[in-house]
Amino acid sequence: MSQIAVEKKVLNENQIVAEKLRELFRQNGIFCFNLISSPGSGKTALLERTLERLPQDSRVAVLTGDLQTENDAIRLSRFGFPVKQIITGGTCHLDARMVEKHLAQWKLEDLNTLIIENVGNLVCPTGYDLGEAFKIVMLSVTEGEDKPLKYPSIFFKSELMILNKIDLLPYVPFDAAKAKENARKVHPGMEILEVSCTTEQGLDEWMRWLEQKRSSVFGR
Amino acid sequence: MTITICHGTDFYNEFKYMHELSIASSILDVVAKEAKTRPGAHILKVGLRIGELAGVDRDALSFGWEVLTKDTEWDGLRLEIEDVPRRQRCSVCAHEFAAPDFMTQCPKCSDPLSVTIAGDELDIAYLEVEEP
Repeated sequence: MSQIAVEKKVLNENQIVAEKLRELFRQNGIFCFNLISSPGSGKTALLERTLERLPQDSRVAVLTGDLQTENDAIRLSRFGFPVKQIITGGTCHLDARMVEKHLAQWKLEDLNTLIIENVGNLVCPTGYDLGEAFKIVMLSVTEGEDKPLKYPSIFFKSELMILNKIDLLPYVPFDAAKAKENARKVHPGMEILEVSCTTEQGLDEWMRWLEQKRSSVFGR
Repeated sequence: MTITICHGTDFYNEFKYMHELSIASSILDVVAKEAKTRPGAHILKVGLRIGELAGVDRDALSFGWEVLTKDTEWDGLRLEIEDVPRRQRCSVCAHEFAAPDFMTQCPKCSDPLSVTIAGDELDIAYLEVEEP
């Protein structure tokens, strides 16, 4: 009986495709982020507000993942930018191959931003690199402020936490300071933005954050 | 081989199992590849290293593994999971420390901005085999 060292990442195959995508994004100057949250936190609402604020000549595209229906793609395509729905047919996360496949019909040289809206789920998307520059996690004030502690992995791996629905703070027993403290316990120094997609509070800061990150990725 | 099982009404539990099931499937891919390079060898055990920040539930993974290997040539192949606790390094004084319960503040100099140096692993470390 002997022990053979393997020393491989379990998700090695996904990683290989993700690195290929990352290189493609780099070559084409595409800034890509991967938006992750529970179902119903407001990912699609944030993207609606984001797309409507972008100039019409922006070279942005959106891939949106769901188990079923094209509802999100329909919502997001109203803004005139290319949008594609990835229907996973039950899979609880997007993987790099799905992204690769759905990008195939787009000319990457026509894009400079790719937004990936992951399947609503705080657990499974965490381990799957999609070639993005950053993961962004969204939490809404109608959830529990202990979510960063319950699902530490995604808060640990995300560059930014967006706290959404802050217009509802007066009506729900959500302790925003505690939520932020919890996020920073898991991810020391984590950047956090508070927004409301209904009152549009905080959205200017969000758009500025995106622009700054794009500049930091491409050094301009 | 990529297997995804996706039916059920208990959404949250199904989600969880599906995720670990696809991880189990990735592990099996690696095992099958290794087995091909060692014809005749009998694989007894797969050694995994899973960090507490990897977002992988051990029980769900073992369940997924059982489902996946049942009545196949891999039936009975054991997973041995080494849990890797979180460790941090202080950004100011470089002190390295264990960080149970998200205690990421440096115990030496109290700086809150430490970086994680262990605890997000999801690795296949080794295979235990019986060579012919």
